[in-house]
Amino acid sequence: MDILGKSIIRKEALDKATGKAKYTADDLSVSMLHAKMNISPYAHARITHIDTSEAWKLSGVRAILAGEQFPLTGEEIRDRPPIAYDRVRYCGEVVAVIVADSPAIAKSASNLIKVTYEPLPVVNSPSEAYKINAPLVHENINSYHREKGVYPEANTNIANRTKIRKGNMELGWRKSEIVVEANFSFSPSDHAAMETRCAIAEIREDETVIITSSSQSPFMIKKLMHTYFDIDIGKVIVNTPLVGGAYGGKASVQLELIAYLASKAVNGRKVKVLNSREEDLITSPVHIGLDATIKLGCTKDGVLQAAEILYLFDGGAYSDKAVDISRAGAVDCTGPYRINNIWCDALCMYTNHPYAAPFRGFGHSEVTFAFERTMDILGNKMKMDPLLLRSTNAILSGDTTPTQVLVNKSNVGNVSECISRLKKIINWDEGKIEKVSDTKVRAKGICCTWKNSTIDPHAGSGVTLTFNPDGSMNLISGVVEIGTATKSVLAQMLADKMKMDIHKIYVQMEVNTLSTPEHWKTVSSRGTFMAGRALLSAADDVIYQLKKLAACILRCSNEDLEVGFGRVFLRDNPELYLNIKDICYGYKYPNGNAVGGQIIGKGHYIQRHITYFDQDTGRGNPGPEWTVAAQGVVVELDRSDYTYKIIRAITVVDIGKILNEKAALGQVMGGMSMGLSFAGRETFIFDQQGKIINPQLRTYRPLRFGEHPQYDVEFVQTPVIDGPYGARSVGEHGLIGMPAALANSLSLAAGVELNQLPLIPELIWKTKEGVTHDTI
Amino acid sequence: MYSSNSKNLNISLSINDEERSVVVRPANTLLSVIREGLGLTGTKPGCYNGDCGACTVDVDGVPIKSCLMLAVEGVGKKITTIEGLRNTPVQKSFVEHFAFQCGYCTPGFIINCNALIQKHPNAKDEIIEEWLESNICRCTGYKEIEEAIKSVITAKSEEQL
Repeated sequence: MDILGKSIIRKEALDKATGKAKYTADDLSVSMLHAKMNISPYAHARITHIDTSEAWKLSGVRAILAGEQFPLTGEEIRDRPPIAYDRVRYCGEVVAVIVADSPAIAKSASNLIKVTYEPLPVVNSPSEAYKINAPLVHENINSYHREKGVYPEANTNIANRTKIRKGNMELGWRKSEIVVEANFSFSPSDHAAMETRCAIAEIREDETVIITSSSQSPFMIKKLMHTYFDIDIGKVIVNTPLVGGAYGGKASVQLELIAYLASKAVNGRKVKVLNSREEDLITSPVHIGLDATIKLGCTKDGVLQAAEILYLFDGGAYSDKAVDISRAGAVDCTGPYRINNIWCDALCMYTNHPYAAPFRGFGHSEVTFAFERTMDILGNKMKMDPLLLRSTNAILSGDTTPTQVLVNKSNVGNVSECISRLKKIINWDEGKIEKVSDTKVRAKGICCTWKNSTIDPHAGSGVTLTFNPDGSMNLISGVVEIGTATKSVLAQMLADKMKMDIHKIYVQMEVNTLSTPEHWKTVSSRGTFMAGRALLSAADDVIYQLKKLAACILRCSNEDLEVGFGRVFLRDNPELYLNIKDICYGYKYPNGNAVGGQIIGKGHYIQRHITYFDQDTGRGNPGPEWTVAAQGVVVELDRSDYTYKIIRAITVVDIGKILNEKAALGQVMGGMSMGLSFAGRETFIFDQQGKIINPQLRTYRPLRFGEHPQYDVEFVQTPVIDGPYGARSVGEHGLIGMPAALANSLSLAAGVELNQLPLIPELIWKTKEGVTHDTI
Repeated sequence: MYSSNSKNLNISLSINDEERSVVVRPANTLLSVIREGLGLTGTKPGCYNGDCGACTVDVDGVPIKSCLMLAVEGVGKKITTIEGLRNTPVQKSFVEHFAFQCGYCTPGFIINCNALIQKHPNAKDEIIEEWLESNICRCTGYKEIEEAIKSVITAKSEEQL
């Protein structure tokens, strides 16, 4: 059975290719009511009056939620009213919710609601928020309930500060012969999943709350509904069908709360909330922005000595997951290098921008852009080859990470190997820049990346396995199928363990929190790692039970038996066997007596030896392993008008073990595409009042077909001992280095340091020509 | 049904080789009638204003964003949604080439590609690009979609030889 590594076609492929695949919004029950949101046009304003009288006059309006104070919500700090009360803090914030017989009526009613606002001073960037005497987005931060390990600072806009203090900075600077310092910034952008978020809620007569949601976190919805609204946790059931793209954006819990409140307002009738594209872009949480300052020093041989870093994350109006994102940015605040002296403050800043959700890479593509740009600036200053600078400092066994985890051959992948493979693929020795015509140059940019997870220390996963009477198996896991094919990869692992045909393994794609074992959240590229471990444990459980029963029937010991090929057989005499189908529901003797019974396998995994971080130094263990990569981009820049074409994008990533080659390639290339799109063109454009002027896919324009470069992906396989078959995480890692590599290539091509995103021709022109105005 | 100054209409649409009778508001888009009126949920909403291509259907052999067309405009036309395609080379090729992940944009892409190979069986790169840039895929790097459509075109060309 050689199934691991093979490009097995995902289990739900045919449904997806024929339109039969069901997503949340495909529930079209006639009995269902529809909710629409009225959203704020202001980034910061007091709500002085809400007049709903005209809206109520429309026939078919069943409820209007406005001006009511609901419990505060938020995952780290409970600072967010699910529907604004008294005040709005970002453009797009929900001010009222209308429940009606049809979406059209609800929308018309929303248009008739008159909200009177009194504008307040706007905090339009994290740097503005950081200034002394900046207007406060939240006045009484310390009055909010918060989780352990969150450190808001009173009378400031700082929702959380994570400190990294490693080594001796004074010593580091003394040893530094070359020092550079630079600033970086980019505004929030978005996930723009093709399926806009949707939640459906109903409340049964016994107060059971049933929610269906396009979510990465069905089990977290359940917990939060309990926390926020004090509903018995067992009375919250969450269903998640297939999810139409997530990228972190659907890990946040928002519409579910609104759907619940809306259902409650109509006596528990089923209510659907489906985001319009505009709402999905700005009302629901977005991709975080960042302002950064990095000072970096090394010896004249290029050995890094000290890094001093300030990250100001644009957490937006509410802290929610931004606290964790800023913390993750601190944990891996440098690239994958040996740096003995590090000082980093990563701040989660309140601003009057939409609040942040996780975004593929969870803070890592953001800090990598800033850090890896600084590496190139350092290399430029000392005239050292950028790849050599990185390989000189590549982190090795015996070194420590910024949070002082000791590196060994298992917990961190092989950075040096990734670098040397990249060097070859990108033809580094043929030169970094070449002239291709009178105006055009071709340039190469590279970077190195790493990422661990920073999820809850006790996060875990469970799997159950059952049999059908023909010996085929059912695989049930709490992982949400968001497009990553994780559940199909779990089926591959099961096929390997049971030595059986993968077509005889049936995978439950949907999650139902009542019957599906929990998977903490489908985030942080930990699906395969955590659910994989749970699956292997469940398979061992099944194998043990099969052997135990067969040992009794075959009159031998468990140890003499093997399981595979649909049989339990004697190891030294495979001709003596029992068919699994004849024992998986108990074994019946010829006279009718029966023994055994239905075999149900269970397995779980919980993270081991993960710690919180020390408040003063950041010391602590974030997760089980770091995936590392070396990435490169080749661009062709027209120096006459600063337009450019991305010719090639390259990733060499240490994946530990390839489990499904094409699925893994798809994850990496998809991440690269998203990273190039974020780096090259995606941003929200805020006017001076913090209003977003491009909340549509024609003005917020992701990469389209034909704009994609040639992708080259190679895998290094350094196993992580604790991973299933040695596999490391890979879902986010294609994305992480793309902004840095693109910026490095364009900086070289344009001959100027490009330290902002997105890298549109206008930015290159402005930076190169030193212009401060918008047009000639 | 909502709206005081427009009358609901009973129209007949030819969808996936079936005549379907459905009551619509004159303002209803083809997208909303396909989904909510006829229950054909394979056609996906993504933006409701023609930017993303997820709701693409085939109208008389031309891929049309069904959010930009009124249902009443569909009368007398032959409409094909993803549910009307079975075992087509494009569908098979998308599956084999891993040309989708979350699958949400897939019906629109497949309808578009299927119309493309009917109109341009030997489409060159520029034609493929011109047709497919109307749809957004957020999961793949587009490379897999490119390989999927090109392999169908190559297979067709080989058949002709």
